[in-house]
Amino acid sequence: MKPVELKKDIYWVGIVDWNCRDFHGYSLSPMGTTYNAFLVKDEKIALVDTAKADHAGEFFCALSHLVKPEDVDYLIVNHLEPDHSGALVEAVQRCKPEKIFCSPMGARSLAGLYQTKDWPIEVIKSGGSISLGKRSVTFLETRMLHWPDSMFSYIPEDKVVFSSDAFGQNWATSERFADQVGRETLDRVLSEYFANIVQPYSPVVLKTLDKIAELKLELDMILPDHGLLLRGEDCAWVLKRYREMAEAKPKPRAVLVYDTMWQSTEQMIHAVSDGLKDEGIETRIMHVKANHHSAIMTELLDSGALVVGSPTHNNGILPYMAGLFQYMKGLKPLNKVGGAVGSFGWSGECVPALNEWLEKIGIEVVGSGVKQQWRPTHDTLKACVAYGREIGAALKAKIAALG
Amino acid sequence: MKYVCNICGYVYDPAAGDPDNGVKPGTQFKDLPDDWVCPVCGAEKSEFSPES
Repeated sequence: MKPVELKKDIYWVGIVDWNCRDFHGYSLSPMGTTYNAFLVKDEKIALVDTAKADHAGEFFCALSHLVKPEDVDYLIVNHLEPDHSGALVEAVQRCKPEKIFCSPMGARSLAGLYQTKDWPIEVIKSGGSISLGKRSVTFLETRMLHWPDSMFSYIPEDKVVFSSDAFGQNWATSERFADQVGRETLDRVLSEYFANIVQPYSPVVLKTLDKIAELKLELDMILPDHGLLLRGEDCAWVLKRYREMAEAKPKPRAVLVYDTMWQSTEQMIHAVSDGLKDEGIETRIMHVKANHHSAIMTELLDSGALVVGSPTHNNGILPYMAGLFQYMKGLKPLNKVGGAVGSFGWSGECVPALNEWLEKIGIEVVGSGVKQQWRPTHDTLKACVAYGREIGAALKAKIAALG
Repeated sequence: MKYVCNICGYVYDPAAGDPDNGVKPGTQFKDLPDDWVCPVCGAEKSEFSPES
């Protein structure tokens, strides 16, 4: 796409990746994504981040609409993940920059990712500032939001912050600003990105939001490296949404995830859902093979309870459930209650194994679960409904305690 | 005893210390200065847990 002027002499020079569905190998991006990069034209010309290597041609074409690449003076590297630094080597060759700015952690990662010998790297610590002429750029390290090297770059004269992956969303659109698209979908893609990428660093998010408040950063535009750009009132909106997601206050909603062989566990899950509904808890039932693990995490972000089900298979649980748990554990969901159900034929390891996973993930396990040999009977399903009510009551108590 | 950073997973090993940041090998976690932070992610000492 052609560049878009965002403010006088500040341009979007990014890539819209309409076809991306597998985001970085672990998450789905059902509506594509963008790799946002920015150009600031002042007495010095600065390029903020680049693009994924396979889009380098398109990237330099967009850039060349505005300047000759060799006229770029500074490269600012806010984040080194290859979807933003993949075209960096080519950018260094084409632009021959006077300086390349990155964070202290960024300098370490750069040397491991690329052949940086003779690159004019200048390490900038948090709070450090450079002049572009009429404007300046101040840097704020945001380690682990979401990599050690991550940083924000802020132009006080324009009240613009380049926020790297923070506040990003995976959504390929021809529109550039959040106020040009539907709010409900925007909120959905913002949550999806947070749930699958930012969530484990929620404490860092809260610290960063406090820092933004403490520094009294005036914000007219927040420009993330993916998706729609935020301006005007949307800046306060996105900061508020990030605080809510990072605080993770439990909500009266449950996700029930399961796998099943001959539908016994499936019946039990449906009965638990009925019990939860009796307690006024909204439910979402998700078969682990009908839903990608990243879609399950997005649903879970907004839910205070997780119920899991698996039959016993070869003295353990079914493999897709184990894969989901491995993924979920890394994302460190907060403030959830949970429980487990499952059927078995001749040995009954499923429920204890599921509970062990829930505990490892940090979920408060309610009771000891319900397990059933062979087929669930009417009484088993009644026990599952009662268990659903018990989990619902525990969730309501947690909401009251943390509300 | 080794301590793990709850944010990024870095392990502080007293035997190794953190020489890049002026902490000599042999320094116990409790003896690290209060303003010492995780060399990987910048988390404060209070974000560390004993390694299990």
